Amino acid sequence: MAVNDTLPSQPARTSVFYDPKIRGIFFQLLLIAVLVFFGYEIVTNTIANLERQNIASGFSFLDNNAGFGIIQSLIQYSEESSYGRGIVVGFLNTLLVAFIGIILATILGFVIGIARLSPNWVISRIAYVYIEIVRNIPLLLQIFFWYFAVLRAVPNPRNSVELPGGIFLNNRGFFAPRPIFESGSGLAGIALLVGIVAVFIIRRWAHKRQEATGEQFPVFWTAVGLIVGLPLLALIVTGFPVSVENPELKGFNFVGGIKVTPEFLALLLALTIYTAAFIAEIVRAGILAVSHGQTEASHALGLRHGPTLRLVIIPQAMRVIIPPLTSQYLNLTKNSSLAVAIAYPDLVSVGGTILNQTGQAIEIIGIWMVVYLSLSLLTSAFMNWYNQRMALVER
Amino acid sequence: MTDYSYIRTEMADSMPPPASEVGVLGWVRKNLFSNWFNTLLTLIGVYLIWVIVPPIFDFAFVDAVWTGDNREACVGSHGACWAYVEAYLPQFIYGRYPADERWRVDLVFFLFAIGLIPMLIPSVPFKRETIIYMLGVFPVVAFILLTGGNFDFAGYLFGETAAHFWVEYVILTAVLLAAAFGMARAGDNNPRPAMITVLAVMVVIALVLGLVSVDFGLPPVETSVWGGLLVTLVIAITGIAASLPLGIALALGRRSKLPVIRLVSVIFIEFWRGVPLITVLFMSSVVLPLFLPEGVTFDKLLRALIGVALFAAAYMAEVVRGGLQAIPKGQYEGAQALGLSYWRMMGLIILPQALKLVIPGIVNTFIGLFKDTTLVLIIGLFDLLGQVQLSYTDPNWSTPTQSHTGYLFTAVVFFIFCFGMSRYSLFMENRLHTGHRR
Repeated sequence: MAVNDTLPSQPARTSVFYDPKIRGIFFQLLLIAVLVFFGYEIVTNTIANLERQNIASGFSFLDNNAGFGIIQSLIQYSEESSYGRGIVVGFLNTLLVAFIGIILATILGFVIGIARLSPNWVISRIAYVYIEIVRNIPLLLQIFFWYFAVLRAVPNPRNSVELPGGIFLNNRGFFAPRPIFESGSGLAGIALLVGIVAVFIIRRWAHKRQEATGEQFPVFWTAVGLIVGLPLLALIVTGFPVSVENPELKGFNFVGGIKVTPEFLALLLALTIYTAAFIAEIVRAGILAVSHGQTEASHALGLRHGPTLRLVIIPQAMRVIIPPLTSQYLNLTKNSSLAVAIAYPDLVSVGGTILNQTGQAIEIIGIWMVVYLSLSLLTSAFMNWYNQRMALVER
Repeated sequence: MTDYSYIRTEMADSMPPPASEVGVLGWVRKNLFSNWFNTLLTLIGVYLIWVIVPPIFDFAFVDAVWTGDNREACVGSHGACWAYVEAYLPQFIYGRYPADERWRVDLVFFLFAIGLIPMLIPSVPFKRETIIYMLGVFPVVAFILLTGGNFDFAGYLFGETAAHFWVEYVILTAVLLAAAFGMARAGDNNPRPAMITVLAVMVVIALVLGLVSVDFGLPPVETSVWGGLLVTLVIAITGIAASLPLGIALALGRRSKLPVIRLVSVIFIEFWRGVPLITVLFMSSVVLPLFLPEGVTFDKLLRALIGVALFAAAYMAEVVRGGLQAIPKGQYEGAQALGLSYWRMMGLIILPQALKLVIPGIVNTFIGLFKDTTLVLIIGLFDLLGQVQLSYTDPNWSTPTQSHTGYLFTAVVFFIFCFGMSRYSLFMENRLHTGHRR
């Protein structure tokens, strides 16, 4: 018996159970069957539950009158507007805070990431402590801190903190003068556009000329001159058709000017500071990934420290930096949904209000998920395209 | 004639370097004041520290109020009101867990610590026993202690009593045993090992279920009264324990050669990674009950747990996939040449190397998960931050510095946990950095 066990007297019979192909098909069919079963259960249960709760499914509720106000809106919105318009307002608010947050976080993150690598001991330690503290404290706590402990604790409108330039800060928000463009200022806008287009053309021309002759052209200063100078010239010609509307204290609050709500400011501050810490680490890793030989070779060619950084190190570091930077941008956009905790009217916050009013949970959550998924896919598609452009071109 | 020539027979002692090049002074000159720009940076840095650190220090220590019974003690002070934190500490740790039963939570913390600490210190022996304790014994004990145990099971097919349930359980075991027997026979194998495995698994599950349904005389505590650090730790630890195996399975699925399994894994991972955690939590708290048949209800904490675990698993899967991709193809081929089956190849050759490579990523996911537990306060569960936020409504302690104190306390607690995890991962990374060291 023992001999038989170890040394089979006949070649092993291959059973269908040992055929990897059949096994594979079997397990895939099993998975499909399980998924179909769950899908069927979920759908039938949901239909039964909705019928019992008397909730009509479908998106027709989006046309109904919303009946609630939204404190910050980029488009016309009032309590008589529809739920659908409310969701659009929320979506635009999400985009606004994400867009500004991404720009500010990128700037702050690059500054801190480079400071972290500074040979100056004090600066690099400050950057290190900043990164470690900010990364290890939950974002929601930081949002609460900025909102409840800082921005809610500033004085009331009567005792506003007055900053230079007619800017006021109080617990109702942040008020700044607003320029009002009167008739005739359209010329300045056209001049600005012309300036921007001209800068692009000059840049291409300068690049070509440098490749052909080696002569450099002061592109940066020309650009500054064109973008600032042309509109200024247009304003002077038309006699400054711009007036300024200053915020004024009327009753208990300020009227006029640009108002930034404390909710927006708190969310923006927290998102910027939090994401910047992660971006700083990415920047540091990217710069460290460029081998020191590149710096030495560049110095040997006679480039000074600034051009070395600008022309040799950063272009190579960007290749390492961009993929993780993309996911940080996505994270920032998704984290902006924490706005719901301080009632900044973003997509999730407005959607949550509508969900409470109508009970259309599946539709609202479906809208959220579709919007965030498409934002994610769009951003990653754009970044993949950019990444391909920046990628190393090899022979 | 005298020979005036002079030949030096020994080297002159080298002179000490100038005082400005070595020691503290040299270091300061080199690192802080090497040129005007560096000097400027140093001065800006020192100014920043001067602006930021002393006020925080004054707030937390110098001006702080350490003792007191109500807001009267803190109302005039500009410093932290630690007396308020002290008064609220039980709530911050246990939430509304009944005061008489809090020893159970303490016992769970203690049992967790005596399992975790020997596991974290590499030189402590009995690793295997500790892991069995942590994965097998501790969860059951903690579950019984925290909830009170004494669960009722109802039969599904024949009737609604516990007896029916056990009859059905025995039938299920018999069916599974028969299936194992049939599979093994059809494959011309000895059916015994497979049947023993099935039997052992079913007996262990029966033991756990039996223990959970025993009445130990502990008063039941609803999860709705849990709160504070308890909820934070329960969500974080369960999430960590569930997301790692799930994430590994998803990562393997994404790299599988079977198209359906790969597609399902990709859709699952990309879906969860594309949406914010808040929408996931909303879904688990609002939509999940709609998916279940009538009468079946899930505990709110459990629903949040499912959401957090699935969310973290998707991120974990991408981290593990990075590790799997970093393993050279030769390792796979070598394992296959040795005749290892897929699971043995993965378990013995590929995963140990891949997971070692991605320890920093795994710990980062853990840290992210730990921080993300705060979001459950949005769906009405009171974790540590939720309890702190709730305590601000108490007029007894309402002072201008109350919110600053509460946030500082919470921040310090979270910082200790997260920073500890990241330091430990650095330590493990260095320890496991074998093979690449020359």
